[in-house]
This record gives sequence, C-alpha cells and structure tokens, in this order.
Amino acid sequence: MTPRLVEVRQQILKKNDATARALRERFRQEGTFVVSLVSSPGAGKTSLLCEILRRLGAEYRVSALVGDLATDNDARRLAATGAAVRQIVTGTVCHLEAAMVERALEGDADFEQPWRLDELDFLFIENVGNLVCPASYDLGEDLRLVLVSTTEGEDKPLKYPTIFHTADVCVLTKMDLADAAGFDRAAMLDAIGRVRPGMRVIETSVRNGAGVVELIELVARGRACGAGLQPETNFGTGL
Amino acid sequence: MHELSIALNIVELAGEEAARGGYTRVQAVHLRLGRAAGVVKEALASAYELAREGSAVAESELKIEEVAVQIFCPRCKVERPAVSDVEPQCADCGTSSTQVVAGRELEVYALEVLE
Repeated sequence: MTPRLVEVRQQILKKNDATARALRERFRQEGTFVVSLVSSPGAGKTSLLCEILRRLGAEYRVSALVGDLATDNDARRLAATGAAVRQIVTGTVCHLEAAMVERALEGDADFEQPWRLDELDFLFIENVGNLVCPASYDLGEDLRLVLVSTTEGEDKPLKYPTIFHTADVCVLTKMDLADAAGFDRAAMLDAIGRVRPGMRVIETSVRNGAGVVELIELVARGRACGAGLQPETNFGTGL
Repeated sequence: MHELSIALNIVELAGEEAARGGYTRVQAVHLRLGRAAGVVKEALASAYELAREGSAVAESELKIEEVAVQIFCPRCKVERPAVSDVEPQCADCGTSSTQVVAGRELEVYALEVLE
C-alpha cells in the first residue's frame, strides 16, 4: 500500500455558507433587510438595539433574534420595545451559525410558529458577545455592524482584526463616557483605518441619543437600496 | 474558541470525501489555513485530535499549511504580500488596499489515502 494524495478542495464552512446564501436569497425575496450586531460582551449591543427597535418600530415592522449561551434576559429586554423577538440559546457554542438562525425563524419546541418574513421589514440579529468566533460564520445578513465601546482599548481593532474585516460598519458606543474613560478617539479611528481602510464609523450614545438617527438612516437606506450597501472590502467573500 | 466546531466540520467533510472516493484509510487531511482566517493553528490541531475520535478519519493526521495575507496593490497594480496579517497595506509601497486576494482560506484541499 502506498500513500497517495487526492485533491478535494472543499471549503470547511461550505454548509454554513450554503445555508447563509439560501437565507439571504429568502430575505431578499420577502423584502426583509437583515442587520447583524457583533461585539465583545458588554459593549452595548442590547441597549443600542432596544433604541433602534423602539425608533424604527414606529415606522417599520421590526424583529430581532438574540444569541446568548444562557438565559432569555436579552430577549425580554428587546421584546419590551414591542418588536417581535426570539432568543437563541446556544448552550456552550460561542457564536451563531446560519442554521441556528434558520431554526429560530422556523420555530421549534420553544416557538409556536414560523415567522412570516413578508410581514417583517427588518430583522436584527444580535450575536453572542464575542469578537473572535462570529467572524467565521455568515448568517445571511445584508449588513454586519461591529460595535466597540469607549471603555474598551483603542487597539481592539488591531487585536481582533478578523471581525473588523468581515463587518461593514463600525459603531462606537457609549460616546457619552468618552471623557470619563479617557477615550482616545484619534487612536481608535487610526486603528480601525489600519485594519479596514475606509471603514465607515458611526459614533453613538444610547444615553444622549447621539448617532442613533444616523444609524437608523443607514439601515433604512440599506433596505431601500437592497444590495446597494455591499462593502468595497470584504475579506469574507473575497476568495 | 470555535476551533472545535471547525475541527468537527473538517472531520465530517473529510469523511464524506473519503466515502465518495471509496477510500477506507485516510492517513492525513491537508488543510489550507489563511493567517487572517481567525482560527488559531495550535488550538485547531488539538481540537482535531478530539474531533477525529470514532470517525471515518480517526487515524488521520491534520497537516496545516498556513497561507499569508496577499492584497492587490492599487498602486503597484500587482498582487503583493500585506504588511502584516492584520493590515491590508502593500508590503512594498505601503498603499492601503481594499482587495484581499489570499489569507482567509479555510479549506480541506487534499486527503492522503492508502490504497
């Protein structure tokens, strides 16, 4: 018996990618614009999303899926805005995958019935708080927001480049705390520009409302243009 | 750490490919791993040892070939290495690029089989 090398050339995440592609196609057909949020734990995804759902919900039919290892606390917070919300409990899994999104939309033992996408203008997907693993998994979203708060280090983009490579827009959160935290805005913008040249940055504060309107306009325009928001740099699909 | 999920995906994929080709003994699985893929090589190697247990490729070794980040430099008009694994700037002239052409690979590219 002699060893032989057989070329197979298969993408390891091809099943996730295929599921994500099918989801994206379905979202487009049904007219649902899908935005995902990624960040480290505690950067303020849920607070920002509550604000977005509350304001956007006045005009559009909005919904959200939220991933956590345990508890449905975030789903309850988000549902208080009046939006349709489902929690995805991942157990020990540190990120969301396309199949989890698909299952949550379909509904299972926890959820009574499938969501009708044609009745939803926006779907927000709040990923598990983690700046590493979510980067590898396409969820079928149209737009990926990466959040960084002013209380985190300004070199975070350099430490976790992959998530910045796969995101479309960077949202700085807790700008009201910038002075108190000694936040170096120029250093943060420089770090973002180094890992992702030309990346759009939106500075927000849920406390004083800064930047929230800009963010809402961005997603509303995204929905109106459909695929018009595709980023110039996309490490995720560039190969 | 999602390396275990990735390792399980590799085992599943390699098993399917082996079955399709009718290979009963897979000695090694060759992987191309981009340096900007967000996967830690060492963590993946140890996760693979767990993931392969009891599978169709239980005896296989994971051979990892790392792929450096390459960009298309808008100024040099050719593909160049990036200045680092995290910064898509031309190693030659320093110009920022929005086109990353290599370095995100996460691919099983070959099986080493005994027949």
